[in-house]
Amino acid sequence: MLELRGIIDAIWSFIVGLLAGLGIPQWAIELVGYALIAVVMFGVVAVIVLFLVWWERKVSAKMQDRLGPMRVGWHGIIQTIADAIKLLQKEDITPKAIDFPIHFWAPVVTFVAAFMVYVTVPFGKGLIVSDLSVGVLYIIAITTFTVIGLLMAGWGSNNKYSLLGGFRSAAQVVSYEVPLSLALLGVIMISQTLSLGTIVTQQDNLLKWYVWRQPLGFLIFWIAATAECNRTPFDLPEADSELVAGFVTEYSGMKFAMFFLAEFVNMFTASVVAVTLFFGGWMSPFGPDFGPSWMWFLGKTMFFVFVLMWFRWTYPRLRVDQLMGFAWKVLLPLAFLNILLTGLGIYLFDGLK
Amino acid sequence: MEQAAPDQKRFAVDGDDVYIDLGPGGVETPEGIYDTDRYTVNMGPQHPATHGVLRLRLEMDGETVIAIDPVIGYLHRCFEKHAESLSYPMVIPFTDRLDYLAGMNQNWSLALGVERLAGIEVPEKVEYIRVIVGELNRIASHLVAFGTFGLDMGAFTPFLWAFRDREKILDLLEWASGARLLYNYIWVGGVARDLPDGWTAKCLEFLDYFEPKLAEYNNLLSYNQIFIERTAKTGIISKDIAVGYGLSGPNLRGSGVDWDLRRDDPYSIYDRFEWDVALGTGEYGPLGSCWDRYWVRILEIGQSIRILRQAINGLPAEGDVKEKVPKKAKAPESDYYVRTEVPKGELGFYIIGSGKDTARRIKARSPSFCAISAMDAIVKSPDNPRMLIADVVATVASLDIVLGEIDR
Repeated sequence: MLELRGIIDAIWSFIVGLLAGLGIPQWAIELVGYALIAVVMFGVVAVIVLFLVWWERKVSAKMQDRLGPMRVGWHGIIQTIADAIKLLQKEDITPKAIDFPIHFWAPVVTFVAAFMVYVTVPFGKGLIVSDLSVGVLYIIAITTFTVIGLLMAGWGSNNKYSLLGGFRSAAQVVSYEVPLSLALLGVIMISQTLSLGTIVTQQDNLLKWYVWRQPLGFLIFWIAATAECNRTPFDLPEADSELVAGFVTEYSGMKFAMFFLAEFVNMFTASVVAVTLFFGGWMSPFGPDFGPSWMWFLGKTMFFVFVLMWFRWTYPRLRVDQLMGFAWKVLLPLAFLNILLTGLGIYLFDGLK
Repeated sequence: MEQAAPDQKRFAVDGDDVYIDLGPGGVETPEGIYDTDRYTVNMGPQHPATHGVLRLRLEMDGETVIAIDPVIGYLHRCFEKHAESLSYPMVIPFTDRLDYLAGMNQNWSLALGVERLAGIEVPEKVEYIRVIVGELNRIASHLVAFGTFGLDMGAFTPFLWAFRDREKILDLLEWASGARLLYNYIWVGGVARDLPDGWTAKCLEFLDYFEPKLAEYNNLLSYNQIFIERTAKTGIISKDIAVGYGLSGPNLRGSGVDWDLRRDDPYSIYDRFEWDVALGTGEYGPLGSCWDRYWVRILEIGQSIRILRQAINGLPAEGDVKEKVPKKAKAPESDYYVRTEVPKGELGFYIIGSGKDTARRIKARSPSFCAISAMDAIVKSPDNPRMLIADVVATVASLDIVLGEIDR
């Protein structure tokens, strides 16, 4: 019933037949397969991100009594594509005194790292590129990777505002990574696995969502994830009223667009992880095989993306010392408490199952 | 060349050496002072948080700001020199461009000064109209202060909400004067023209619409915990600094000094209305914090609405709106200092008449200039032991400066 796995399999076997008919060896066909998967994944995520950029502008417009983009397409739906084309055509201005290789590669590192997460994300029933046995660990590791790009951008730009922004992002992401990982540990303790595919199949109805057993864990994760995405109220690295634009100050054209898109990919990633680990991923709340799985996944994820947008257009920004204090003095002890409570629960009620 | 003392840093400002006392630097640890490198950041003249073309030279230690040196003059337009060669009515449009967010109040101030110098009495209806447009403009100016404060704190939505409602005020003022920002409406001896038919009804309609919005603003920004944490414990201006540096208006009242020229040096007909002077309370932190100054402005919007309702009710239906003043109003060869309460504080004009229709000298005392000159003292004050760059942004925003008025 509208499951995409069957369609994808059919297309793939058609391509395999086509290629085999040309006498292409098996290993080369497999290589083509990997390349195709990479392109398709990139395309899917890119389209989602382009949609998110438009949607964020519409959501913010709604909250601020404006219309938002209205001219390009129906209600400005292809505005982001027009923006992307404009950014591609723009002159790439690089200041004279930059550290060129670092400045040049920083957006690439951020961009690639942001997309690499989707290797192990289950988009729907059977829609997972590779269900890694260490999926959760992989996601935590890769999302932290983006900070290297931000730090490179801050350092390579040779600009004091960029440097402050880069330092802030490094401090922030590293600090919030700790409570974030510890919050996910609660789910892992209950589910006894790191594989995202298995974690999803364990939550096959509304009552089995891990958020009911890990409410504190989810709260900690969600706050930390907002900080990881560098979004308001934690958007200090690019605090426009303090640091002009933080680490992106000296970037223009497509390099800027790469940072910009990476931010939205990260936002989507945070929602994906929240949905997958706490809200049953692609599983429908009314038992398995109720409606197309990928639609459940997208619907739930979009809700959390909306929550992130809601935060952004409502809250002011924290100050840098308050931000660090909150991570180490509030979130971290709570995360430890959560682990303790989860362990106690498993000991007393045999895994809360 | 003179040597800088160890705790001083030399700056070169337009060829002159300026020494700035940095005080003890580095981070204090039980083992002693851990010395760190200091560096200079130029905040502005092109920076989103300096409200125009202000340049703040920040001496920084990591993210901590040690000293501030405001550099002004990027918007200098020779207002005072121009005023020496133009007749009084011709100077009034220049005052619009001082604080371009509150043109009515600036017009009023100069017109009042010339009237007092020349001994012109204005009709009662004019006084009412002046109060009405002046208070409307005060609300508009405070709305910008509210919105940009939110913007500088990273919240974008309050800014657009404030501008949405300010737009309605500008529409009203445009209807009355023909201009949206630079009005040239209050003239010597009167106002340019009478309020149009139906204007007062529209104005009351706006007040009915706007009054409940204040509660929305408060829920969105004023009582937001993050906002309070950011603003209520920083940028503290003690009474001494506030009075010593000549702060005025909401900045002075935010520090708890009960002083409002509309009540304490009455002009026009403010003594006929029932209203209160809003004061900072130190509700969420020490008195004189950024939040207190912000809160005074929010309260003043409410008081302005009260005054407006009374003024519209008392507005005489008939009457002249222009005293018979010759086109070339002449002021005697004497001097007068007039001061009025504009949204930013005390705006004063020291006018030296020449006996002809031009002034020998007009000196403007602008509230924003005094406010920005206090920045360094605020940073070095013991009330603010550690000011981060974000706190400086909050403080500048809470002082509500307008560069047109600083540079003149």
